[in-house]
Amino acid sequence: MEFFKIKNDIPFMSYGRYTTAISLVTFLLAVFFLAYKGLNFGVDFTGGTVMEVHYAQPADLVKVREHLAANKLPEVQVQNFGSSHDVLIQIPLKQNVVGAKLSEHVMVILHKQDATAEMRRVEFVGPQVGKDLIENGAMALLLVSIGIVGYLWIRFEWKFGLSAIIANLHDVVIILGFFAFFQWEFSLSVLAAVLAVLGYSVNESVVVFDRIRENFRKMRKAEVSEIIDNAITRTMSRTIITHGSTQMMVGAMLFLGGETLHYFAMALTIGIMFSIYSSVLVASPILMWLGVSREDFIKPEKVETEEVLP
Amino acid sequence: MNRYPLWKNLLILAALLAGLIYTLPNFYGESPAVQILPLRSSMKADAALLGRVEDALKTASLNVEMVALDGNSIKARFADTDVQLKAKDILKAQLGDDYVVALNLLPRSPQWLTSLHALPMYLGLDLRGGVHFLLQVDMKAALDKALEAATGDIRSALREENIAYAGVVRDGNRLLVKFRDDESRSKAEEQLKQRFSDYELTAKDQAGELLLQATLKPTAEHRIQESAVQQNLLTLRNRVNELGVAEPVIQQQGADRVVVQLPGVQDTARAKDILGRTATLEVRMVDDEHQIGAGGVAPFGTEMFKDREGNTLLVKKQVMLTGERINDAQPGFDNRNNEPAVHINLDGVGARKFKEATRENVGKRMAIILFEKGKGEIITAPVIREEIGGGRVQISGKMSTEEAQDTSLLLRAGALAAPMEIVEERTVGPSLGADNIARGFNSTKIGFIMIAVFMAAYYMIFGTISVLALAANLLLLVALLSMLQATLTLPGMAGIALTLGMAIDSNVLINERIREELRNGMSPQAAINAGYDSAFATIVDSNITNLIAGVALFLFGSGPIKGFAVVLCLGILTSMFSSVLVSRAIANLVYGRRARLTSISIG
Repeated sequence: MEFFKIKNDIPFMSYGRYTTAISLVTFLLAVFFLAYKGLNFGVDFTGGTVMEVHYAQPADLVKVREHLAANKLPEVQVQNFGSSHDVLIQIPLKQNVVGAKLSEHVMVILHKQDATAEMRRVEFVGPQVGKDLIENGAMALLLVSIGIVGYLWIRFEWKFGLSAIIANLHDVVIILGFFAFFQWEFSLSVLAAVLAVLGYSVNESVVVFDRIRENFRKMRKAEVSEIIDNAITRTMSRTIITHGSTQMMVGAMLFLGGETLHYFAMALTIGIMFSIYSSVLVASPILMWLGVSREDFIKPEKVETEEVLP
Repeated sequence: MNRYPLWKNLLILAALLAGLIYTLPNFYGESPAVQILPLRSSMKADAALLGRVEDALKTASLNVEMVALDGNSIKARFADTDVQLKAKDILKAQLGDDYVVALNLLPRSPQWLTSLHALPMYLGLDLRGGVHFLLQVDMKAALDKALEAATGDIRSALREENIAYAGVVRDGNRLLVKFRDDESRSKAEEQLKQRFSDYELTAKDQAGELLLQATLKPTAEHRIQESAVQQNLLTLRNRVNELGVAEPVIQQQGADRVVVQLPGVQDTARAKDILGRTATLEVRMVDDEHQIGAGGVAPFGTEMFKDREGNTLLVKKQVMLTGERINDAQPGFDNRNNEPAVHINLDGVGARKFKEATRENVGKRMAIILFEKGKGEIITAPVIREEIGGGRVQISGKMSTEEAQDTSLLLRAGALAAPMEIVEERTVGPSLGADNIARGFNSTKIGFIMIAVFMAAYYMIFGTISVLALAANLLLLVALLSMLQATLTLPGMAGIALTLGMAIDSNVLINERIREELRNGMSPQAAINAGYDSAFATIVDSNITNLIAGVALFLFGSGPIKGFAVVLCLGILTSMFSSVLVSRAIANLVYGRRARLTSISIG
């Protein structure tokens, strides 16, 4: 079986103007939604209490909400979680209630209404912890970016490192844009997924870059754009197959992994989709505009002559 | 011809064999068990205790799978939870209060595996259920306490040396000693310099007053905070012991935080109650000379506290003794009138301080104050009848047996050196933990099957080789996680799935390369060789960028994210091994020996 039997190289670089325009628009849209709507930070970052409660019969959310409000807990978010039997209760941080005691208090209230309520999970995060997590997340993002640029610089050339990281940060911003647009909860595991995507989608650029370098050595007479086109076309099959396989795994998590893994897998899915696009159609045009050339790789050839040694 | 040298084949075989052995324990599952630990660190679990446990279980004719001494605890394994619960009750009744009898789960794997240190993966709290707390130590309170104690110590030092002074006051983070004349100030400075090496002393004149200013040196400040955290860790350990948890984790995290993990704890309310008890204990003198001022204002140098009956007492601010000086406290009876009492044993420093304080204050009342959440409550305020030396103190009077028990538990479990607050809590019920395992396992299984079917269909024999290599990767990864006993969390399981999904990339790269070389007219054997060789550099490059992300996640991630990062990093390493070496070895085995190979099955 073979999906991609492509005889001639596809002139990707001549579309460079359009593809970069498209990604610029998506990027700007993502930035707009990030600025306008902002991320819906989960309790990991904002602080507060989240409780997952399981009921023997389908839970009546309105009643639960009213019951909690009647017990002096009006600002509580009550929603279904995964199934109609499971209820997720979110309580924002309050100054006067001791956070750690709050969950017990809520369980007592819930038990009064329905004795079958079973506590499945409690997460309480204080405000200072949330702040630390955001700082650590930002530090990790920075460290990964620097590490990747540095590595690609050593392994290839600074132009490669720069264009790869631009393309991949563009992926990260777009993932965040999706989370802002749909107001999906941005939790600690989503952050982990975003950082994993950063490492993963650089993969894609590396594979194409490797081919470009190889082509510079092999295709001596070709134009730079031809070299890049050939590299992309030759790796396209692998790109689709690899990402397809990874996506199968991620898809299984998306649908079977339960609520906890759902958004983690969602961030990965978006990341995988856009990393294909960006590494091929963003990183390579940028690389070309940065003026990559054969001289970046090929040192003046040493003329090897026969020597006679005494 | 594609052949690996013998040593390479043997290396691969050995790695896979080791992988198999260390993965095995994960398949045996776990049995309910009871773990018996000595409550105090001075006591040891030994053969004698083992004999007692065995006898107790035998006389109750309970069906025991295994009883063994393991480190400083004894573990007994049972067939089902009914027997486990019965055994726990029996052992608790037989062994008394000196031992913790905790419910636990023990791997069912055979002895020969356990003796190889082959253990199942260590499941995190989100998979096995339990409580995770992050507690923050209030460092300011620790310093406050040190300064308050120093105020008293300076006073008594000056008195001992017969140096006249006009008063010692605290002003923010410094202490000001007032003098009437220059001579006594310089004498005091000399004396205090020797005794209080933690403090920086400077003489200065302010608004016509002769002052000696004492501030904590930065190194001393650091040391006080460090020891506050250490003391709190110790206290928490004692409290967790009272709870009876099998494998608790109590660790310092960062400068001022403590992580407490209690796997398998069902009754989270009780756990929180005992841990979250932010009690600190102080012994101070009751001030009976002054009256509470108009409008309920306490006179200078005193504070007001209520006792259990709600009566307000004036208590001096100066602290005689803190809870950390208490070695042991037991409930008992007063041997004069048989009233319930608490017997306290103080450490050396505590005993000396207590002796001094009681000598100077015979006939006066002292107050034992319990501070919770910044609010103090007087537990008891007994009258000092005589000088008490030797560090053995008895508190009695107006106390019920239960109160004596409660008070002694609080005193024994130790007071905290500084108050702590729960800043993060994650509780996972056991049913959710089991669900999480099932979900993580299912999605990995389904994903793996989909990839396997697709690869086999798309690349034929080479696809099948890739799948075998991927299976080897899974085997090695699970073996490595079991060997390192790294904590497996739900994000960790997601990490396993993700690394498998990413690991196939290497094989796709190789297979695509082989196809390409074939298309370019290379012979099959040469194409296999060229495919593996030229894909290798790319595989290394792309895996290293992944590794960079993994390491950064590990460094900056916390809790569950760290688990994900560990799996990601290990998975990248095993995938490099299996997708390149293992798959090549299999390909060599299938095709390598045939000299005249005309075609290979790669779709």
